[in-house]
Amino acid sequence: MPDLEKFREEAREWLEANCPESIRKPVSGEDDIVWGGRNWVFKSDDQKIWLDRMAERGWTVPEWPKEYGGGGLSKEEAKVLKQEMARIKAPPPVNSFGIWMLGPALLKFGSEEQKREHLPPICRGEIRWAQGYSEPGAGSDLAALQTRADDKGDHYIVNGQKVWTSYADECDKIFCLVRTDPSAPKHEGISFLLIDMDQPGVTTKPIRLISGKSPFCETFFDDATAPKENLVGELNKGWTIAKYLLTHERAMIGGMDSSQVLGRSPGEIAADTVGRNSEGELADSFLRSDIARSDVDGWAFMLTMERYRDKSKAGEGVGAASSGLKYYGTELNKRRYELSMSASGFNALKIGDGIDSEEGEMARRWLRTKANSIEGGTSEVQLNIISKRILELPDA
Amino acid sequence: MALVLNEDQEMLRDAARGFLRRRSPVSELRRVRDEQVEGGFSRDIWREMAEQGFAGVLVSEEYGGSGFGHVAAGLIANEMGRTLAPSPFLSSAVLGAAALGRAGTDGQKGEYLPGIAGGELITAMAVDEGDKHKPEHVTLKAEKSGNGFKLTGAKTFVADGGAADLLIVSARTAGADEDQQGVTLFLVPADATGVTINTTPTVDNRNYADITLDGVEVDGDAVLGEVDNGFVLLESVLNAGRSVLAAEMEGLAKESFDMTVDYLKTRKQFGKIIGTFQGLQHRAAHLWTELELVESAVLKALQTLDENFDGAGAIAALAKAKAGSVARLATQEAIQMHGGIGMTDEHDIGFYMKRARAADELFGDADFHAGRIAMLRGY
Ligand SMILES: Cc1cc2nc3c(=O)[nH]c(=O)nc-3n(C[C@H](O)[C@H](O)[C@H](O)COP(=O)(O)OP(=O)(O)OC[C@H]3O[C@@H](n4cnc5c(N)ncnc54)[C@H](O)[C@@H]3O)c2cc1C
Repeated sequence: MPDLEKFREEAREWLEANCPESIRKPVSGEDDIVWGGRNWVFKSDDQKIWLDRMAERGWTVPEWPKEYGGGGLSKEEAKVLKQEMARIKAPPPVNSFGIWMLGPALLKFGSEEQKREHLPPICRGEIRWAQGYSEPGAGSDLAALQTRADDKGDHYIVNGQKVWTSYADECDKIFCLVRTDPSAPKHEGISFLLIDMDQPGVTTKPIRLISGKSPFCETFFDDATAPKENLVGELNKGWTIAKYLLTHERAMIGGMDSSQVLGRSPGEIAADTVGRNSEGELADSFLRSDIARSDVDGWAFMLTMERYRDKSKAGEGVGAASSGLKYYGTELNKRRYELSMSASGFNALKIGDGIDSEEGEMARRWLRTKANSIEGGTSEVQLNIISKRILELPDA
Repeated sequence: MALVLNEDQEMLRDAARGFLRRRSPVSELRRVRDEQVEGGFSRDIWREMAEQGFAGVLVSEEYGGSGFGHVAAGLIANEMGRTLAPSPFLSSAVLGAAALGRAGTDGQKGEYLPGIAGGELITAMAVDEGDKHKPEHVTLKAEKSGNGFKLTGAKTFVADGGAADLLIVSARTAGADEDQQGVTLFLVPADATGVTINTTPTVDNRNYADITLDGVEVDGDAVLGEVDNGFVLLESVLNAGRSVLAAEMEGLAKESFDMTVDYLKTRKQFGKIIGTFQGLQHRAAHLWTELELVESAVLKALQTLDENFDGAGAIAALAKAKAGSVARLATQEAIQMHGGIGMTDEHDIGFYMKRARAADELFGDADFHAGRIAMLRGY
């Protein structure tokens, strides 16, 4: 494929010339991740330069169409770009729920005006979106949600409460599931609405997590307003969009490659802490076999992601199998962090604001991984989906 | 190479599936067991399998095979796993064909490969000497004698050893008992003077044998590959065998899983279909994800063998480790979810668990191969 090789050369040259030296390093902590938005404070000038240059090329979201701020690249080209970025350790210039979730939903269900209005600011990292799905009474049973939007002619009035809204206190806008027909069966009265958070009717209250951080909030709507043109798709047909978006979210969460973020694998860490026997094997044979089994599963899991990608390239939908990825990938990630903690020993237990070491970070991340099998639909919910949609086992 | 099957491969799989369901369903294994069929499989059916092209799948066209390669061999093994078809496919069509095809002289290839491809000549790989797989542990001695060698020692758990016409034997020509250097492979006719073959009944009702060689004289032509440097060849050939065996385990695990999911949809207790119980649903769903991982690892291993035969060590270890542990899990869960009926000899499901156990053990179990991966990753 000579075209692809030509693209690789161009990408390599451009990245070399445009990616600032100072940010070419593995993502090692929260501070290295850029989320963008009006409230964003860049940690360095180079972070901003990198984002602006990539956004100008459309490479913050390489596969979206050019007219909406994307790069218009094919799947193959995007893969090459990713490889070339990894080669020089260039981090993603911006991450966001806009890129991972709202964007794909708008591209499929949004009107032309909505795409033109909302997608380019996502690509440029100017607007940061929150996800307003869960409520105090609607977690796994998401369709039980009660936040309501009442029709007031040219706009809706929104009242209710969302919870576990990640980064809501830092976000500019929120995509929400709201009840627009309280009398309809629970899946049929839900709509997908975009709401500006910069208004008196929307307030947020941070919730502190077991890691000590407060990355998510309660979000309250008291007579908040949203213009009619912010309804995505048809009225009362929001559940279809919600489900579509969740498939993307699940594939994304399941596919998070912990080994890359972590820097060192549990096997490498353990070699330092427990030492080796005369054969070169880890001196702790129980730990060694646990790590080896998790490496077997981790490698087979990576190959499964590769196989699904190849399947979808060959035109076969992956569908409910994304629940399998979500379930297995997150459980695996938790397992790996448990092993990393065991491998690190006392060192991994150090935590506190002052400690920036790999060790302090390790404990926080270990704690964070426990959410992986809860957020985006719990492991049990994924197993329910596999039972019903793939194995076609009957309902209780 | 994309990790999906192409059209030719899908056709081959469908053809193999059709043939095996018709000619060698589980009832055939049951018959072989009940009638104590000599050699552990039906010669007639093996001949028909050869006509279907199974026996020659790794033999080049020049020597009467199809040369379809390892992905194809894996697809056949997968279907054989689904019906637990007893045959010398692994020993002869995979290990024998790979060993001779890779390292045979023109003379050796011409002498043996057409017979392998035609299903008339059956080979067996005599590697292990102890109760756990350890290919570098070779004490069977081969001493220079005239212009040939004299072989003395014993091998155990030789798959299809009781039916083989030709044994491929790892022997020590130099070095200490556990050295990789100093291992040589020999081609030894099963009827050579000094060869004693004792078949051992095993839980999977397949044919294994303990073999002793007591001063067996072979000439120089009997060496396969290089003298003293046979270990690398042995490992490459075993990796092909391990990967194809992993494919067989994938097939048997999936079949036992399918049978179980079907049962969950029909059996009633407490006035309900048992498949409505979430405790069972989740176990089934978890198994499904594990089987997806097995499929990926196995396909990658088979593709790697086709692309770079000698570079498949790590991925073959992955496939064998993952398939072995999941096949055991899937078949045990299958029995549990069948309840009492799963414990009866009359039901087929037990045969699956027995074969999973034996296939996992053969050429290194899941722990053995996980340990290899640990070693390759530097811990
Ligand atoms: C870090 C983090 C970030 C999040 N970010 C967001 C966000 O940005 N926006 C947003 O909208 N939401 C967010 N969430 C919320 C998340 O989607 C919910 O927590 C999740 O869907 C589970 O709901 P719940 O917490 O109410 O738990 P519950 O639904 O109350 O579950 C409790 C337990 O019961 C089990 N359970 C429930 N139903 C069943 C069933 N039918 N069968 C078997 N077991 C069942 C669950 O698996 C779980 O183990 C986030 C959550 C976390 C942890």
